[in-house]
Amino acid sequence: MKTFNGVGVTPGRVIGPVRLMPPAVPAPAAGERLDPGTTADAAAAALRTAAKTVQAELKHRAESANTDAKAVLEATALMAADPMLLKAAVKLINGGTSAERAIWDAAEGVATMLLNLGGYMAERTHDVFDVRARIVAALRGVPAPGIPDAPEPFILLAEDLAPADTATLDPAKVLALVTAGGGPQSHTAIIARALGLPAVVAAAGVTELTDGTMLYVDGAAGLVTADPDAALKDKAGRWASDTTGPATFDGCGQLADGSAVPLLANVGGTKDAVAAAAAGAEGVGLLRTEFCFLGRDAEPSHAEQAAAYRGVFDAFAGKKVVIRTLDAGADKPLPFLTDSTEPNPALGVRGYRTNLTSPGVLERQLQAIAAAANDSSADVQVMAPMISTPAEATEFASLCRANGLNTPGVMVEIPAAALTAASLLADVDFASIGTNDLTQYTMAADRQLGPLAALNDPWQPAVLILVKATVDGGAGKPVGVCGEAAADPALAVVLVGLGVSSLSMTARALPAVSAVLRSVTRERARTLAALALAAPSAAQARSAVREQLPLLDQLGL
Amino acid sequence: MKERTATIASRVGLHARPAAIFVEAAAELPVDVTISMQGEPAEDALDASSILSLMGLGAAHGDVVVLRAEGDGADEALETLVQILETDHDA
Repeated sequence: MKTFNGVGVTPGRVIGPVRLMPPAVPAPAAGERLDPGTTADAAAAALRTAAKTVQAELKHRAESANTDAKAVLEATALMAADPMLLKAAVKLINGGTSAERAIWDAAEGVATMLLNLGGYMAERTHDVFDVRARIVAALRGVPAPGIPDAPEPFILLAEDLAPADTATLDPAKVLALVTAGGGPQSHTAIIARALGLPAVVAAAGVTELTDGTMLYVDGAAGLVTADPDAALKDKAGRWASDTTGPATFDGCGQLADGSAVPLLANVGGTKDAVAAAAAGAEGVGLLRTEFCFLGRDAEPSHAEQAAAYRGVFDAFAGKKVVIRTLDAGADKPLPFLTDSTEPNPALGVRGYRTNLTSPGVLERQLQAIAAAANDSSADVQVMAPMISTPAEATEFASLCRANGLNTPGVMVEIPAAALTAASLLADVDFASIGTNDLTQYTMAADRQLGPLAALNDPWQPAVLILVKATVDGGAGKPVGVCGEAAADPALAVVLVGLGVSSLSMTARALPAVSAVLRSVTRERARTLAALALAAPSAAQARSAVREQLPLLDQLGL
Repeated sequence: MKERTATIASRVGLHARPAAIFVEAAAELPVDVTISMQGEPAEDALDASSILSLMGLGAAHGDVVVLRAEGDGADEALETLVQILETDHDA
């Protein structure tokens, strides 16, 4: 037995064989030439064989895929041996370029053409790059990139996962996620929470494991153990058979003393919203509007935006829906709004700041939100991301009111906003704390970096002090939390103890958070919050609070 | 050179699933078939068995395209492909 320590992001205790995610395929060197011993004809033949192999592989995967993924895989399989793509590559090979570099450059040309077409076609560039990487892997005789395809369910082990990997991640095949990199707020963590998969991130050293090794994963404790013994097998067995844990949420977030703490959902579109409503969410605490804009090369029309927002509002008729205006920039670039050449995108023109460089987009979005809100019975509230100063909050509030949206709010993601909460909240009706970015900016640690995972932890006392400062400054105005922190049941207790009025999370986390909140009174939550605030480190804050919440261990959380 | 025109019946236009069905059929035919938008010169016509070419063509619902083929079996080949284009595969 060998144990690796990481950061647990989603609870669950499972055992299974591990499958390593092959590393991304590095680009062949620019201008790489044919080997002196290889003729152009032989290289072209090798390329055709590789393309056919990839095509057959993708076709095979399409057969076992569900309807949505099937159509994409079928089209991607056709791309793999596309005559136009191969013809362009063979032309380069005949000019002396190596087969790997030839297919790389030919695909680049096709991708550029698709990107220029915009819309749906531009979104397909990702498939072209996927096919290209697979063909190069086949030519080199290395495993195909992406999530491995195995007949038996497995524990996926990767350096880190990207948002695009979710498309091919089959939750029926993957038992748990383990990454060597990434932090508790990395994309891997977000994917794991959304799919409800047990997950451990930042587990240094795990990449030394080999395919097929049996692995025990405890997603609450952050432990990964190779070749588990009988005791661990027993623990996993009990987790699997334990049906007493919270599986559902009754739609009424409250503490042991009966005081209400509304539990809301974070959603990114109508499909999410319908699922969240079915899971009992009392409303939407964060509607991300990027889904309307991403993958586009131009701003969507008023009618298109209004219809998209309306779909979410209708899923929560009569309930609160907090919609966040466009949050582009940093890890969510948009060609028509953000400058991809910024040296420091996290500190660049992003979120509300794009209104400085592209005025009009925000106001047109507000008009579309107002139109959708007018046609719906949802209680629609609007907030802006990345607000830094009270002046920005005031400016946003008047822009909202001028467009008929009378409950404006701001997100608190920047330490400056938390520290000036009293004046920041003067002209708006509420604040919502985005703990992912607030942690990143408070600790000056990039969310995606594994080595900084310990810094990038919302349990950091400095982050909790800023949460408290926001609540105190708000002087009674509602302050919610809509970051990943709200989905951690122990941290949820602390946040409520600090005075946070509502919590918004991925719908999967609602049952666990609700169950743990119901085990504490408000007074008790305040005591636990004080413990966390006084702790000298994130790890000590977490363990001090967890020790006082025995229910967590009973539920395997 | 045989030539046929067809009106795109699928509501999403000639991409996604309808394009995949069309390309698979074109690749199985004994003759090479080209496709172009109506009114465009024949020398700019694209390979009908290339899904990437079809995506670049960008034919939308209701657009008229021209299919061309030569040699034995050209008529039957064109007939097969016209049928596919004039069926709504999203229905």
